Amino acid sequence: MASIGRPQPVTTTELVERRLRGATLDWRGYVLQGVLLLSLLLALAVLAILLADIVIRSIPIFTERPLEFLTGQLSARPQRAGISQGIIGSLLLMGFVVVLALPLGIGAAVYLEEYAHDTRTTRFISTNIRNLAGVPAIVFGLLGLAVFVSLLKLGTTLIAGGLTLAVLVLPIVVITTAEALRAVPTSIREAALAVGATRWETVRSHVLPYAAPGILTGSILSLARAFGETAPLLLVGAVAGTFSSGGNLIAQLFGSYTALPTIVYNFARESKAEFRALTAATIVVLLVVILLVNATAIILRNRYDRRW
Amino acid sequence: MTTTKEAASRTLSLADLRLDPRRRRRERTINLVFMGAAALSIVISAAIVLSLIGNAFAFAIRVDPASIWTDGWFPRRGMYDIRTLLAGTLIIAGVAMLIAAPLGIGAAIYLSEYARPRTRALLKPALEVLAAIPSVVLGFFALTWISPNLIHPISGGPLFNMAAAGVAVGILIMPLIASVAEDAMHAVPAYLREASYGLGARKRTTSLRVVVPAAISGVVAAVIVGISRAIGETMIVAIAAGATGGSLFELNPFRPGQTMTAAMTSLAIGSDSVRGAALTFESLFFVGFLLFALTLGLNLVSDSFVRRVRERY
Repeated sequence: MASIGRPQPVTTTELVERRLRGATLDWRGYVLQGVLLLSLLLALAVLAILLADIVIRSIPIFTERPLEFLTGQLSARPQRAGISQGIIGSLLLMGFVVVLALPLGIGAAVYLEEYAHDTRTTRFISTNIRNLAGVPAIVFGLLGLAVFVSLLKLGTTLIAGGLTLAVLVLPIVVITTAEALRAVPTSIREAALAVGATRWETVRSHVLPYAAPGILTGSILSLARAFGETAPLLLVGAVAGTFSSGGNLIAQLFGSYTALPTIVYNFARESKAEFRALTAATIVVLLVVILLVNATAIILRNRYDRRW
Repeated sequence: MTTTKEAASRTLSLADLRLDPRRRRRERTINLVFMGAAALSIVISAAIVLSLIGNAFAFAIRVDPASIWTDGWFPRRGMYDIRTLLAGTLIIAGVAMLIAAPLGIGAAIYLSEYARPRTRALLKPALEVLAAIPSVVLGFFALTWISPNLIHPISGGPLFNMAAAGVAVGILIMPLIASVAEDAMHAVPAYLREASYGLGARKRTTSLRVVVPAAISGVVAAVIVGISRAIGETMIVAIAAGATGGSLFELNPFRPGQTMTAAMTSLAIGSDSVRGAALTFESLFFVGFLLFALTLGLNLVSDSFVRRVRERY
């Protein structure tokens, strides 16, 4: 009947009071919280292991011959191989992304957010861009292979690779820019329009300056994305090319090329043990660039994070 | 005197409201330029679809039907067994989701419901760093660390295997799933939580029985977009799953396997020219078309789930 050792409540008030005090500890709640935190920490632990593992593997290269490694040419002999061609190739590819994808992407976003009326065509274009952003990178490689390499007869040149990467990040630039533009309140636009500014004057003098940090962050992040992208470059021929070194810029643009991530892939496929350290060292260079770029973006965003 | 006269003669007319021709022309040009930039996305999509369909169709009509249902995927020997690729793709995506779905959703609940602002400000950028790691790096990590340290002790099998690649793909897509799912939980209005607390529910009951069900569409969207990303992931599989030339039909995740994406890279780099054997170039596009259709379908479904969350709150 009555449980032993536990005084029975005399009145209802006493019962309610005891319940409200929360006499029991919700240990299941703590377990749940722990498990949830663990799932997050587990992923971050893998990140930590990855960074540590790769840095440790790369130490021999960076202690023995850092300069030779960074400035040397690719070689089948691991003792002599350097990655200068990859660094130059990656930088030139980024040039294409900056020159092509950023202006076009920002322009498209400005049109969709500031100019276009909410018609069926506009909605079709935005849906289309969102879907493009979800297309696997390697499919963009196929596009590059079919259109830039074969149809336009550019061959497996740096131009074809640069165009492919630019097309790949374009939708991402549009989406992040559109988001930044949407965050600018309508009242800012109305203020400009009310004193007689045209659409473009409003956009240039009011909307873009306020959206600039967001646009910049998005652009930087898409650059980082392009920097580490490998699969599409393999399809448009970065792997076959070691850089046609020497010659002027134009000759390089129409020459064969390679990029840092494709070098990582090539080194990783080598079975000789010496290439492991070389791969790790190349990854360190790649990651330093990408993480620095990302950190810049995160800091920028936090600093200019504006609430209206 | 003159001033009032001038003012009287200068009543505003319609012409004053109109922009001067130069400004108007500039407006129109700029409008057109931006419209062109936006329309470019349609051109790109059309180019993708056309280039895929053209070559995929060429493959479909010229290939011997028996050769797409044989023992394995050896395109240079004229063996185009699609089942091999589909099996590899599904196994690796499956392993990836076993890792990424629980970790991603768990992390999302923690970040959205439990984390204090300061913890959040620390953990979210850390996740973003993880998301920023290029897949080729995770591929190397899968081969040199995950496979020997995590997979080999269990399986005792070969260094190159689908499980290691799957785990790495899981790590790669976990931040994406966490971010999409967290967005959905963030969108759940505070009054639902308050109502739950008001009824005397605990934090854990509120999180699991109120917030997660309310955000379930977004969580489902996160998982689907994760699957789509896992299917489209290339470099990890190309490095760590270990079937470069071709692959036999294989269902054991601890053995080497081939996915659609990795088959495409090994075709592309297999020889100096992709146009080597008879139909290899076309088969590349055929596989690409399948991949494109599959991921597009998944993305559309995921999109419709996301829209459902947005409409509700």
